[in-house]
Amino acid sequence: MIRTVFAGLAAVWLAVPALAAVDIQEVTSPGGIKAWLVEDHSLPFAALELRFRGGASLDAPGKRGAINLMTGLIEEGAGDLDAQGFAAAQEGLGAHFGFDSDNDTLSISARFLTENRDASLELLKKGLTEPRFDQNAIDRVRAQVVSIIQSDAQDPQSIAGNRWARDVFGDHPYGTDQNGTVEGLARLTQADMFEAKARVMARDRLYVAVAGDVTAAELGPMLDHLLGELPDKGAEFPTPPQIAMRGGTTVVDFGSPQSVVVFGQHGIRRDDPDYFAAYVLNQIVGGSGFSARLMDEVREKRGLTYGIASYLIDMDLADTWQGSFASANEKVAQAVEVVRSEWARAATQGVTEDELRDAKTYLTGSYPLRFSGNEKIANILAGMQLQGLPTDYVNTRNARVEAVTLADVKRVAKRLMTPGDLYFVVVGRPVGLK
Amino acid sequence: MKNWLCGTALAALATPILAFSALAGDVTTFTLKNGLDVVVLEDHRAPLVVQMVWYRAGSADETRGKSGVAHYLEHLMFKGTKTMAPGELSKVVEANGGSDNAFTSYDYTAYFQSIAADRLPLIMKMEADRMRNLRLTEDDWQTEREVVIEERNQRTDSDPGSIFHEQLSAAQYLNHPYGTPIIGWRHEMEKLTREDALAWYRLYYAPNDATLVIAGDATPEKVKALAEEYYGPLEPSAGIAPRQRVTEPPQLAERRLIYRDPRVSQPMLTRSYLAPERNPGDQRTAAALTILAEALGGNGQTSVLGRAMQFGSKTAISTFASYDGTSLDATTFNIGVVPAEGVSLDDAEREMDKVLADFLKTGIDQEQLARIRTQIEAADIYSRDSVHGRAMKYGEGLAIGLTIKDIEDWQGILASVTADEVMAAARQVLDRRASVTGLMERGEEATQ
Repeated sequence: MIRTVFAGLAAVWLAVPALAAVDIQEVTSPGGIKAWLVEDHSLPFAALELRFRGGASLDAPGKRGAINLMTGLIEEGAGDLDAQGFAAAQEGLGAHFGFDSDNDTLSISARFLTENRDASLELLKKGLTEPRFDQNAIDRVRAQVVSIIQSDAQDPQSIAGNRWARDVFGDHPYGTDQNGTVEGLARLTQADMFEAKARVMARDRLYVAVAGDVTAAELGPMLDHLLGELPDKGAEFPTPPQIAMRGGTTVVDFGSPQSVVVFGQHGIRRDDPDYFAAYVLNQIVGGSGFSARLMDEVREKRGLTYGIASYLIDMDLADTWQGSFASANEKVAQAVEVVRSEWARAATQGVTEDELRDAKTYLTGSYPLRFSGNEKIANILAGMQLQGLPTDYVNTRNARVEAVTLADVKRVAKRLMTPGDLYFVVVGRPVGLK
Repeated sequence: MKNWLCGTALAALATPILAFSALAGDVTTFTLKNGLDVVVLEDHRAPLVVQMVWYRAGSADETRGKSGVAHYLEHLMFKGTKTMAPGELSKVVEANGGSDNAFTSYDYTAYFQSIAADRLPLIMKMEADRMRNLRLTEDDWQTEREVVIEERNQRTDSDPGSIFHEQLSAAQYLNHPYGTPIIGWRHEMEKLTREDALAWYRLYYAPNDATLVIAGDATPEKVKALAEEYYGPLEPSAGIAPRQRVTEPPQLAERRLIYRDPRVSQPMLTRSYLAPERNPGDQRTAAALTILAEALGGNGQTSVLGRAMQFGSKTAISTFASYDGTSLDATTFNIGVVPAEGVSLDDAEREMDKVLADFLKTGIDQEQLARIRTQIEAADIYSRDSVHGRAMKYGEGLAIGLTIKDIEDWQGILASVTADEVMAAARQVLDRRASVTGLMERGEEATQ
């Protein structure tokens, strides 16, 4: 009786909302640089996202940490500006640049006001093409990275994630910390920084996305000026890792009232025909919302955790299905048991018609809501290009989610979920786990 | 994660605190007969709408001994009503493609959803329903108490930095409830009951103690009709009085804390000073302190502390200063240093104090002040990109007693702060007698 009230309402509102289409333009500059653009002239600024495929996985042998350190140094002095001069120039323009790397991508995010567009891009260009990598800047930023490495070594979440990756990916870059090690960092030189930049920041792996107050006609020349001087080719991409999914549980001793858990198994490739069924399946089993089975069983019914979720992680060279949560040391064994049993239940029994319907309405209804604001749109556009998706994916994606059937999900659950492989790393002082 | 505490939200808000004078026309306000204040923030760029309900009751309004009840009730608000099953609100929102969450702070508790614009009636109906019709079963309140204790485990007790800051706040306030953590002290959380939560709910969860903010693709006419329909019939609470909390006595003695924990990897020094907050019609000192924080420790490359300690003496890996004046009562101005390898916390503190003393003598650099103004103007434009961010700004401002005019004046006040005002605010606030200096270092003392 309780549910009837909204059952009626939900039926009325279930149709996918009619949202304005996002108009993605594909722009090729006179110099041949490709970009995706969504124009929006309602606010006087634009968001620019640059992606270089490969990221920190392109570290040269014996130079682990070089690309991460180099990424942190791009804004620490360029051309005629030292680190402080570069930062002051950025502030004076009201521009905002961000530099980041992970094991698949080096990312550069920029926001700039229309009135300061040329000067902002000129400054960013300095960073991209004339970084100085001054020794004093290297020393300073290296000390910051060392501090991060040391903090991670005392952080149960980092310990768990790093251990899981190491055990699964071994010596492959995916299995080691992109920050490098304290000893390895000490050996990196200024020449290594220039080498690291040449390996990853090249046009043959560049993706560009822009959203905001820029026209297609303006964008081409802008890109040629900003990016035209980058080298054509970077380093070869690494080969895929050998993945060792061992099942079982590893306990890492750590003095804390709560244990942090990372678990996972094989994932599925983004271009697999079953990908969407797997995506819907994950939403039902481990989505971050309150409808998901893991959230319901571990948090809502038993109060064993504050939050739990799982994710399909599609990296360029490997695919995993990982999840994470934290539980009091006295409760964590029970929580792990619940996760294992939910995993097995989904693998053997699939999901229900109601669950499938709710997951689909959520996934299709929430998708258009992501496209709000220049920064979010530019980020999505960059991500789509990295995944090799076409621009019209924004219009076809929901139909692909809708097309997933109960039989698809059941078949994929059986094919993909391997409870015996599900590997847990537990960091803490768990009672009853070894 | 669901039901996050507001510490995070406040930190995220601290940088762009901005107004929208240029878009003032798209802000509409009205009040229903039962006392519910409504604000409509139009943004028709995307067919998306955000609903937020802000209750003017936060952890600093709790009865002594019941710490954590405001946040605990926030969790319980997802447990259903006479017409909704436990968890149903979130499930219906999700099934319609939306997302929802809530947060608790010292001065307010807020609930929000983000969803396609044509589903606004659905979320308004459900949010109005739980304002007066919450139901808690025996199972629900006990399990949820375990969840909030796990939240404390995760956010506070597993993180030495969080424990350190909890201890600092407790030492900063001699009398005012800002010294008690929002999530609650564990020993008090463990004793919270269904009755405690319901007493809190009955007193504060009412239209005359709330502000409804609707932002995004909605017109004021439509919102008004829906608000009348769904929120209009709700009974006001008889027990809502103006908030008059206890105040701080003069703080006459500087306090020092040393926290040791084996899990600390990076020693750290922080100092907090009691500081005035934004008040209706009186925001200039708060604006000057906002600029002061940016000048002293906003950006490692250009700030006073960064230039002196990260670049000059090389005694620090990082430095920071922070201030958020968006609170009902006196807040804090914070500075801190992560010392470089081989530099002791005592040496770092001496160096920091020398830099502060020099700054008070020489004053703020005019070029730096000009750059900060440019950044503030740019951040104003960037911040209009986010519907959620705008709803947060107005909702939070109103929840701490500011007016729409105060909120919209803030940007202009920030831009007009002079160097003299910054220095006057610095001399007023950087008073060691009203400060707490905390040293966090690695050590083998038991923490539990």
